[in-house]
Amino acid sequence: MGATSHKRWGKARVLDVCEVARHVRQVVLEPEQLEAPAPPGSHIDIGVYVNGRADVRSYSVVGMGAYGSELILGVQLARQSRGGSAYMHALRRGQEVSITQPLQNFPLTYGRPGYVLAAGGIGITALVAMGKALKARKADYRFVYGARSRDLMAFVDELAVEHGDRMELRIDDEGSSLDVAELVEAVPAGGELYVCGPTPMLDAVKAGWAKAGRRPAELRFETFGSSGRFAPEAFRVRIPRLGLETTVPHDVSMLEALQACGADMMYDCRRGECGLCQVKVVEVQGVIDHRDVFLSDAQHEAGDRLQSCVSRVVSPRTGGLPGADGQQAAVSIDVP
Amino acid sequence: MTRPEQSTAHASFRHFPLNAWYAAAWDHEVGRNLVSKTVANRPIVFYRTTAGRAVALADACWHRLAPLSMGKLRGDDEIMCGYHGICYDADGRATFMPAQDTINPSATVHSYPVVERHRYVWVWPGDPALADPGLVPDLYWNDHPDWAGDGRTIHVNCGYQLIVDNLMDLTHEQFVHGSSIGHDSLSESDFEVTHSDRTVTVTKWMIGIDPPPFWKRNLQDRFPDYEGPVDRWQIIRYTAPATIAIDVGVAKAGTGAPDGDRRQGVTGTVINTMTPETDRTCFYLWAFARDWCLDKQVITTRLREGVSGVFFEDEVMLEAQQRGIEANPGYDFYNLNIDAGSMWTRRIVQRMISAETGADASAPTHAAADAAVAMGAVTNAANEPRSDNGGGQGAEVAGGVARHRAEPAAGLMGRGL
Ligand code: FES
Ligand code: FES
Ligand SMILES: [Fe+2]
Repeated sequence: MGATSHKRWGKARVLDVCEVARHVRQVVLEPEQLEAPAPPGSHIDIGVYVNGRADVRSYSVVGMGAYGSELILGVQLARQSRGGSAYMHALRRGQEVSITQPLQNFPLTYGRPGYVLAAGGIGITALVAMGKALKARKADYRFVYGARSRDLMAFVDELAVEHGDRMELRIDDEGSSLDVAELVEAVPAGGELYVCGPTPMLDAVKAGWAKAGRRPAELRFETFGSSGRFAPEAFRVRIPRLGLETTVPHDVSMLEALQACGADMMYDCRRGECGLCQVKVVEVQGVIDHRDVFLSDAQHEAGDRLQSCVSRVVSPRTGGLPGADGQQAAVSIDVP
Repeated sequence: MTRPEQSTAHASFRHFPLNAWYAAAWDHEVGRNLVSKTVANRPIVFYRTTAGRAVALADACWHRLAPLSMGKLRGDDEIMCGYHGICYDADGRATFMPAQDTINPSATVHSYPVVERHRYVWVWPGDPALADPGLVPDLYWNDHPDWAGDGRTIHVNCGYQLIVDNLMDLTHEQFVHGSSIGHDSLSESDFEVTHSDRTVTVTKWMIGIDPPPFWKRNLQDRFPDYEGPVDRWQIIRYTAPATIAIDVGVAKAGTGAPDGDRRQGVTGTVINTMTPETDRTCFYLWAFARDWCLDKQVITTRLREGVSGVFFEDEVMLEAQQRGIEANPGYDFYNLNIDAGSMWTRRIVQRMISAETGADASAPTHAAADAAVAMGAVTNAANEPRSDNGGGQGAEVAGGVARHRAEPAAGLMGRGL
């Protein structure tokens, strides 16, 4: 597993939509065609409407329904979302949607001496099926689930029952926060750490993993839906060479805004991993919020380029720069 | 529901525009003989009139579709079908019909627009009304007095776009051509991509590196005593749909090459133009022209043979890649940042194809294209001067083609056509 499958689009019916935590809804879909159950770690792409425009979003498959033919998704309504989650939350029973077959970017490898699954918030959706699979295979694993407060934690009760002692909750409000060093240490030599959570958590885990001198290949994570260091806000973008300038609204990506104003943009993955949508940064007022996994930390630091499909710019004030109150975020770039 | 526009990056992308000039042959290959070639799935017969003009006619007689390439040249500019004798002029109009005194005005075969330029015979498979000779890619290095060089044609069992991909991303040199032109700095150094409506440029500079063996030798042609580091460049210039000229070379490090002063260096141009034969095969015409020691013919030979060896390494990989694509029908490419150049070429080509509305509907099927190729091999062999036991050549070639089609991995790489 790992090669890139052709996406096959098909229809699915919405069987159920219900609240499973604060701002989180479970969406159950019955695809018209499903060749095999979705493997742990897989996701589907789904056609959504955002601001009246057709677009595509990816959601992890939490698991299969009781009959083995339904796909369960968990969708958090993101306050600053680009609008995909609002569409998902508004789905009604019986409605028809377009989805792909389950796609795999985050496969679980069996046969390791030990595992730690670490979920932060809605990141749990990618790990539920892995926990189930590891338990069924009697693997040695720990399942760590962290969030700010208990009411935000989807599936938390079922998971506690299912995994018993192997489940550890880390809830800020209840005085037990996620400790990265401890997480890393809990992975035995040759074992693997699977992480899904917000960007700061992922960054911290990556740093901790590297610091402990662990093999990079044994830290597993997937890359869509990076949430960045700052909440998205609107900013100006200019391409001086082409005389183009536009505003990137908080719920639209820079790539989409540039396309909409007439720039011929290259891209492929649209989730910050392939490096094809890269643009050169000529000048920036504010702070770049890199949200890709293509560039290295050093390249992020240098700030002379960014991946326009996911990365954004925030105002100097939001970015914590001193003495620049009220200035709007703006970036000048050049494109291929 | 609309999806993101990205179909051109798919592994199965094999299409080509028809409204384009494709280099069908080197000028010396077309003479007072009949050469059959399939271009863009269309069987075509090439010949030259006694006045020296190259002609390209549909290789299928109006009467019963027998290949005209099995016929004969007649008079100054005509071709006679080898089956029932209908003759056509260079415009494809019948000039003689058997057993009748009149000529049926509808008796014609398509005459493809042809232009000869820079040592290649270019043919336009699409709408003749759009065949503007000004659109022929400018490959002046091939016959310019300031340059010397030579090249070859390789028949490659892969879609032409895979060769375009290959040439648009030269990081592969480090892995495929490690012994000649490869260098670690290739995959380490940054590159820059720019594009326009019909062109894409990828620029890469490697500053102060040890020259790879191929370039060390070339530099020493001009500066025999120089052993030091070099500044190396690769500037890849694509012209849609399938021509790529690569400005390559090295100069003594720090002598100003990045700022345009190449007096302390040597410059070559790798001239590449790919002609789709079918959806999954193509002709790759290449040449290497140099700007140093123009009077030393032996360097021309050395470079041609050297580059030939390098391209054979590509050919092995490209044919294997084509088989890999066909053996994994459900799977797709994962495109990386290094593919940016090729992604732009694919987007431009896709736009050209989309602009040719309806052109695709008339395109021959795979089976027809394969049949056209096999037929061409037979008639070309039959046209070759006969040796004593020459009668069997046609059958032998046809057998080779058939064998190769049945067992594409059997080792016949289709070279030397
Ligand atoms: S499109 Fe792949 S990184 Fe942006
Ligand atoms: S590294 Fe490019 S095909 Fe494998
Ligand atoms: Fe190569």
